Amino acid sequence: MSKRKSTGSAAMSEGACYSELQRVLRERVYKISAPCDVAGENDLDKPRRHLLDLIQRCSSMGESNSALIIGPRGAGKTMLLSSVLAELKENRDFRDNVLEVHLNGLLQTDDRIALKEITRQLQLENVVGNRVFGSFADNLAFLLEALKKGSRDSQAVLFVLEEFDLFAHHKNQTLLYNLFDVAQSQQAPITVIGLTCRLDVIELLEKRVKSRFSHRQIHLFNSLTFDQYLRVFRSLLVLPAEFRDKKFCGKWNKHVESLSDDPGVTSILRKLYDTSKDIRTLKMFLMLPVARICPSHPRLEMSDFVEAHKILTADSKSNTLHGLSVLELCLVVAMRRLSDVFVNQPFNFQMVYNEYQKFVQTRSYAVQSFDRPVVLKAFEHLQQMELVRAAEGAGIGGRGQKEFRPMLLMIDKSQLMQAIQKYPACPTEVKHWANTL
Amino acid sequence: MAAGPPTVFGHPTEQLADLYSSCPSRHDLVTQLLALFGQNNHLSCPRVFLYGPTGSGKSHVISSILNTLKLPHALVNCVECYTSRLLYDHILNQVALVTPAPDNDYTNYSRCDNMNDFVKTLRTIIEDRELQEETMYIVLDKAERLREMDMNILPAFLRLGELTGCNVCVVLLTEIVWEKFRAGTGMCEPLVLHFPDYTKDELLEILSSDCPTGYTKDFYMSYVNIVLSVFYMACRNLNEIRHLALLNFPKFCEPIKKGEATEEDVHKLWRNIEPHLRKALQTVYLREVSSAQWERMQEGAATQESSSANIKTLTGKVNMELPFYSKFLLIAAYLASYNPARTDRRFFLKHAGKMKKTVQQMKRDERASSQLLGPKPFPLDRLMAIFYSIVEGKVAPTANIYSQISSLVTLRLMTQVGSDDQLDGAKFKCTVGLDFMRSIARTVNFDIIRYLYDFV
Ligand SMILES: Nc1ncnc2c1ncn2[C@@H]1O[C@H](COP(=O)(O)OP(=O)(O)OP(=O)(O)O)[C@@H](O)[C@H]1O
Ligand SMILES: Nc1ncnc2c1ncn2[C@@H]1O[C@H](COP(=O)(O)OP(=O)(O)OP(=O)(O)O)[C@@H](O)[C@H]1O
Ligand SMILES: [Mg+2]
Ligand SMILES: [Mg+2]
Repeated sequence: MSKRKSTGSAAMSEGACYSELQRVLRERVYKISAPCDVAGENDLDKPRRHLLDLIQRCSSMGESNSALIIGPRGAGKTMLLSSVLAELKENRDFRDNVLEVHLNGLLQTDDRIALKEITRQLQLENVVGNRVFGSFADNLAFLLEALKKGSRDSQAVLFVLEEFDLFAHHKNQTLLYNLFDVAQSQQAPITVIGLTCRLDVIELLEKRVKSRFSHRQIHLFNSLTFDQYLRVFRSLLVLPAEFRDKKFCGKWNKHVESLSDDPGVTSILRKLYDTSKDIRTLKMFLMLPVARICPSHPRLEMSDFVEAHKILTADSKSNTLHGLSVLELCLVVAMRRLSDVFVNQPFNFQMVYNEYQKFVQTRSYAVQSFDRPVVLKAFEHLQQMELVRAAEGAGIGGRGQKEFRPMLLMIDKSQLMQAIQKYPACPTEVKHWANTL
Repeated sequence: MAAGPPTVFGHPTEQLADLYSSCPSRHDLVTQLLALFGQNNHLSCPRVFLYGPTGSGKSHVISSILNTLKLPHALVNCVECYTSRLLYDHILNQVALVTPAPDNDYTNYSRCDNMNDFVKTLRTIIEDRELQEETMYIVLDKAERLREMDMNILPAFLRLGELTGCNVCVVLLTEIVWEKFRAGTGMCEPLVLHFPDYTKDELLEILSSDCPTGYTKDFYMSYVNIVLSVFYMACRNLNEIRHLALLNFPKFCEPIKKGEATEEDVHKLWRNIEPHLRKALQTVYLREVSSAQWERMQEGAATQESSSANIKTLTGKVNMELPFYSKFLLIAAYLASYNPARTDRRFFLKHAGKMKKTVQQMKRDERASSQLLGPKPFPLDRLMAIFYSIVEGKVAPTANIYSQISSLVTLRLMTQVGSDDQLDGAKFKCTVGLDFMRSIARTVNFDIIRYLYDFV
């Protein structure tokens, strides 16, 4: 309605601007493997070229190959591969020539499922029909052969195996053996790329599988410098130049610049960086602050970052202790005492109850006492919350009788003392008792 | 009512107002979650992990948000869906808006055996319903149970967005901390939010909405305060307290109905209800009587004053009739379980004075008493030896005696340890508590304490 609209530059209403901003930022921060470009020199450049070359050779020269991308969680393995594929796919030849099969160890939990999924992704379900195969190798060979017939000469297939280590747990490693075998013997042009976070993944392979693998490994590490880290922080938040409302975009980007110079913000980022350099944690840190941006909360505030950092570093044990009833807290103190006396030997409910009774009887004027069954119920709740667990090798120690089952406490003294400090309206008697620990 | 800024993330104002008023004391968390969920057509936070003590409103808040704002969702309880098949079926049915019912022969949306099929089917449904643009929420309540399923299930759910390529948000609800979920080579870390326990005031505020018609809110609040004074130390579970409060309210009002007191007679009402609440703590709270039984008992009490006796018979399960020799067998079993075998001679070879002293000396180097450590297994011949020495008169070792041992095992008063099926050669343990044992011993005039090593 406003006259400004007629000027040509696409000015949007404030609400629309923020909605668009949310869309753009969420696309980056909330998507698990969304690529994110780090300008300037980059550790990913070399592995990237390596990978690009490898896959390209398969499509252009029909060369078979295999490689593993190894790196800790969130090191950018998936991101690296998908950005390489995106670049290759800009080339028409590649698109026509290469079929992709994406497998994931979390989904294809055995080789039968994996084979069905391969058939599906190669769109060969009709060709296979009800045919029965003698072996896995026959079946795979048939699939690859079927690809040949349709087109001119060779159709290259790129196999991507996410969570590669899980495939090594399949029976006889049949899928891995056959894929590597085809790749090594050059029966058909295929490239096998495995992604894994296990550094010792090679050790998991059987000898015959290992000998067919090319041993090409690409290692990624979360090794950004703090400057690069800051740059990623900025690049996650700035709006792209294509943003429709230029004025809004300019203002926002200036705000982001000022944030990354703000000593308060950088000190929080520094703390985050020192605990973990991986970008996924940074993205998680930004989730809540980004979500909060709206017309009535137009900027990222220092308080947003402080809150997000608090959530990320919250001590969940002490949070859990905070939610206990006084009776349950008393039992925890009693158990801590027992664990101290018997130096981390297991204890049972009967001992805990005894300890608790001793406490209550000496201070009956101040502390409400409870019947044994009520105490037992509280004890079982602690067990349900996994603050207490059955000791290993409990054996026949107390089969059938829960009050004599050997247990261990999962809370150490400092956690307990902290919790007592924070506990709302903690009876002073209980405090004193805990202090004698 | 602070209903947050109007039309946050495109939700109608009145829906938001409804939502906030249905979740008193949880406004901050609701706001936080709404922000993370964002506009319907934007990406939502892909993984949220909500934990907090029972009754802190996790399920309530999430289902209020999803239902009030009419967001597409599936909400499953992992205790109900105890196998992965059930879990897949329930989620897919809800996402596809299929309800197994008589008119469709209770069929599920589709058969789904593994994670691979699940992800594929989920994607298909979302495309069929043309919800690609919208966020699909999948809530897994009691998520701690997921750890007991196949090891790929939890990590797969945590990256469902990446696996399906759809805009899904997986919410896990549990009482257990996130650290206890980590396993294997690690997984995508979710955003962890804590539901703190309610403070006493917050509990009061929430409970005040239960006020039965015909009474003022203040009156009900003062009642709830009394209830809290009895239960709060032992139990902070909103569900339990709410249930107990409603259950005992008629009793609280009884003096008013009878005309013996008015709503202002706080002290009198308190004196009337307090013992009842204490009794409830020992019975209803422990599920030793059902709510219906409890109500009946209270009604009974109104007519005749025999209720307290009534309750006692229900709680103390002492009234067990055993044959005469069985009682001695059980006593012998108890002694064999709780006394060290080496002391048997001292107890049963009628030497009086000398024993006491040496036993006390030995006791000093024993760290924990067997009353604390629980029963120890014993062989049958030791049981029989003790039995013969404590029972009066001569008893022939007949098959009858052995069959009584079998019945004690069947009654679970003793258990057999080890897998031996044959009676001799097997070991046993006595599984009854001291209180029970004493009452049994009293019926045959046997002073069991005198024969227990721990009490010497
Ligand atoms: N060097 C980097 N520069 C910029 N962004 C990075 C870098 N490394 C990782 N990231 C970011 O971290 C996120 C996680 O990366 P990605 O999903 O590829 O990890 P991954 O190695 O596949 O982990 P997983 O083993 O859990 O699958 C991506 O969104 C990516 O943007
Ligand atoms: N803030 C609240 N306002 C109103 N009612 C509430 C609130 N919080 C909880 N309740 C009520 O308390 C009961 C218990 O809450 P809920 O089932 O959500 O707990 P929970 O945290 O899911 O516990 P659990 O871990 O046992 O599943 C519900 O019936 C709910 O209606
Ligand atoms: Mg990955
Ligand atoms: Mg719940």
